[in-house]
Amino acid sequence: MSMNTENIRPGDLEWTCCNCGRKLEPAPVVVEYLGNEFTAELPRCPSCGLVMITEELALGKMAEVEHILEDK
Amino acid sequence: MEQNELRQWESRCIEEQAPWCAAACPLHVDARSLCARTAAGDWAGAWQVLLRTMPLPGVLGRICDAPCRERCKRGEAGEAIAIHLLERACVGHARPRRKPAPVPSKPQRIMVVGSGLSGLSAAGELARKGYQVTVHEPGESLAQGLREQYAAQVPDEALDLELDLLLKLKIKVETRAPVDEPGFLDRMLESCDGVFLSLDALDPEGWPLERGEDGRPVAAWPVQATAREGVFAGGLSGPDGFSPVWAAAQGRWGAASLDRWLQGVSPGAAREKDGPFETRLYISLKGVEPLPKVQPAEPEGYDDQEAIQEAGRCLQCHCLECVKVCPYLESFGAYPKKYAREIYNNQSIVMGARQANKLINSCSLCGLCETVCPEDFAMQDLCLTVRRDMVQKGKMPPSAHEFALLDMEFSLGQEFRLAKHQPGHEASAALFYPGCQLAASAPSQVRAVYGHLCASLQGGVGLMLACCGAPAFWAGQEAKLASALEAWRAGWEALGSPPLIMACSSCAEVFRRHLPEVEQRFLWEVLAETGMEIKAPANGPLAMHDPCTTRHHADIQQTVRGVVGRAGVELEELRLGRELTECCGYGGLMSTANPELAQEVITRRGGQSQRDYLAYCAVCRDRLAQVGKRALHALDLFFPVPGEEDPAARPSPGWSQRRENRARLKAELLRDLWGEEAPAMQAHRQVELLIAPEVAELMERRRILIEDIQKVIFEAEAQGNKLCHPQTGHFLASFRPYKAVFWVEYTPEGEGFRVHNAYAHRMKVKVGAKP
Ligand code: SF4
Ligand code: SF4
Ligand code: SF4
Ligand SMILES: [Zn+2]
Repeated sequence: MSMNTENIRPGDLEWTCCNCGRKLEPAPVVVEYLGNEFTAELPRCPSCGLVMITEELALGKMAEVEHILEDK
Repeated sequence: MEQNELRQWESRCIEEQAPWCAAACPLHVDARSLCARTAAGDWAGAWQVLLRTMPLPGVLGRICDAPCRERCKRGEAGEAIAIHLLERACVGHARPRRKPAPVPSKPQRIMVVGSGLSGLSAAGELARKGYQVTVHEPGESLAQGLREQYAAQVPDEALDLELDLLLKLKIKVETRAPVDEPGFLDRMLESCDGVFLSLDALDPEGWPLERGEDGRPVAAWPVQATAREGVFAGGLSGPDGFSPVWAAAQGRWGAASLDRWLQGVSPGAAREKDGPFETRLYISLKGVEPLPKVQPAEPEGYDDQEAIQEAGRCLQCHCLECVKVCPYLESFGAYPKKYAREIYNNQSIVMGARQANKLINSCSLCGLCETVCPEDFAMQDLCLTVRRDMVQKGKMPPSAHEFALLDMEFSLGQEFRLAKHQPGHEASAALFYPGCQLAASAPSQVRAVYGHLCASLQGGVGLMLACCGAPAFWAGQEAKLASALEAWRAGWEALGSPPLIMACSSCAEVFRRHLPEVEQRFLWEVLAETGMEIKAPANGPLAMHDPCTTRHHADIQQTVRGVVGRAGVELEELRLGRELTECCGYGGLMSTANPELAQEVITRRGGQSQRDYLAYCAVCRDRLAQVGKRALHALDLFFPVPGEEDPAARPSPGWSQRRENRARLKAELLRDLWGEEAPAMQAHRQVELLIAPEVAELMERRRILIEDIQKVIFEAEAQGNKLCHPQTGHFLASFRPYKAVFWVEYTPEGEGFRVHNAYAHRMKVKVGAKP
């Protein structure tokens, strides 16, 4: 199962972290569901680590993977 | 599920049983498929059907006496299908060429004596199994007697083609065989490993065989063994005298017995399906118009058009009674026997995807299938049992039912739960229990009904707001159901265990099953007794929609019709009403587990009549309204909402509104009737939101509640964990109040916040994902 940089569109990196005032950058992030862990490249605040999940990812690939894991 | 349970489920559904025609045919020719292919004008396909089961089709297809007709179901609605004439029409077309199947080779030698239908059929079967077959024919040529006997029906070319195909199987032929010579049979036996006698072609008196009263050798079907070891025979009379199809079948059975005998296997074991057998296939003749047989213009049989027309009369016998009335069963493309197998496989899987989870969770548990099934197959019991098993094993997909279970928790929680005696009373002679969804849908009517009951009944009417646990029951969550029921019972006992006045038939069903000690009657009955008058005469007739949980409660259905009818409202019965009523798509949590299907279900339901519907379950009413069907709740007739002009057009409240309605109902009742303050609203509930209709619609579809959004914004604003977009100035923040993560894009506006977008996922970002 892959959730890599394809998940990030340039527009996503325009968001900034309100805590730190920094633009988000792609970074490897560990996500987990039902005991399964994956590393995915996601937009993240380079200073505090706040991660963004976009609508497209949440309702697209992520939903797909969730579904597969639920039926495992 | 254990293997033997699966077998029990499977054997209950008779959809895969043979159609009556095929069961009655000694060879089990699939006349149903033959008719289907013929009706479609597909002659090659029709041929293929015959080739699967009929020996020497070019001959037998022209002379079969069709004993199957006696059992054909069409005979009960007009005349039986002329299956023999359809076969004749079929074999009049060119026979499709088939690549000969590779034949194994066995060393054993078999002698077939006589080349009648049974002998040729046996020879073909044995040669295809690889035996070294020789046919001994006393005449000048193979099948000489057959040719002469059926010269009128079977053209020479047709017979020659069949014989050619047999010879291609390396069958040897000895003509002028001295079958009458003394000792012929013994010599045969000595020179080979087994013998088959075609008694339809010859029967020399000198043969040393045991004979029956009719003077013919004894060889009972379907084993076809004579009294002599290694000698089998066919071509004897069938149950109604000599019959070509019986002769051919006896050849096939005798060949099978010889094969078994040569392999040391008992020829007599498990032969029940050889020859005509009983079938349990059910076929409803309801609404089938009787039709007579198509009469051929020419005595020799049908031309193509006539055959196509006659084949079109075939009922294509199937059961599928349940599939015909249940969109759920239809939508998964098969029928319960197959589903039972798929569910069993799903449950026994160790690694890999469980393909049937959706199948298991989509059933509305409405029980209509069991009611229409001739064998009482209860898909709802199968699905519920398996759901419980999945929950227990931790294999239930969390997203399948979570939304509904959270809604149940809400109803069981502080914001809704209430159990009180009537103000000014220390005891309750009765307890009004409206159910969570009526309160969610029509809180003002709950209040009005309660007022009416208090005013017209003696001894105090208590009120209880809670949830009966139906969502947990439907989800197979036994532990959650038990604790919901326990909490419910504690509240009820604290009021002195009064008898209930119920407004919701789903609650009633749950209590009936799980709390049988609770005495209950329906609100409708009480309204009838208290002489309640209709306040808002409807423009009838109204089409009556019974909730599926009243299926087996004709008394409730009758009472509602009674109260409404007495007031002069005309009612129309739906095709599927009363005992056959359909679920609205909410039952069994279908709408949570399979929203698309649930939508289709209620749309179809709403399409059964052009009239406004009259429901007496709040969920049924609202789901009809959701798909644009005009529908009233029976309470709309008795307790109209003040100022509401057209209650049949009242939109269904959304998910958030349903919570809001419950919370407000409790708070207002507490304040107005009992002079108590409702528990304080949690801080996040005070976040004010501005939501445009399209965003509200999107939230509804994604099942995101206002409260979920309030939590996200409350947390984000308190902690500062949010993103912002420099161009739009929008904030984006997330929060995980339970096993789902909610994201909200918003901007502050006035005292509150404008919501631009909201979405959710379940996967969780691991804490500690610091750079
Ligand atoms: S109606 Fe058709 S399928 Fe049914 S028994 Fe007759 S031939 Fe067979
Ligand atoms: S939805 Fe109702 S009729 Fe259909 S299978 Fe389930 S219980 Fe049976
Ligand atoms: S009604 Fe349905 S479950 Fe019952 S026998 Fe027929 S196909 Fe099978
Ligand atoms: Zn930051």
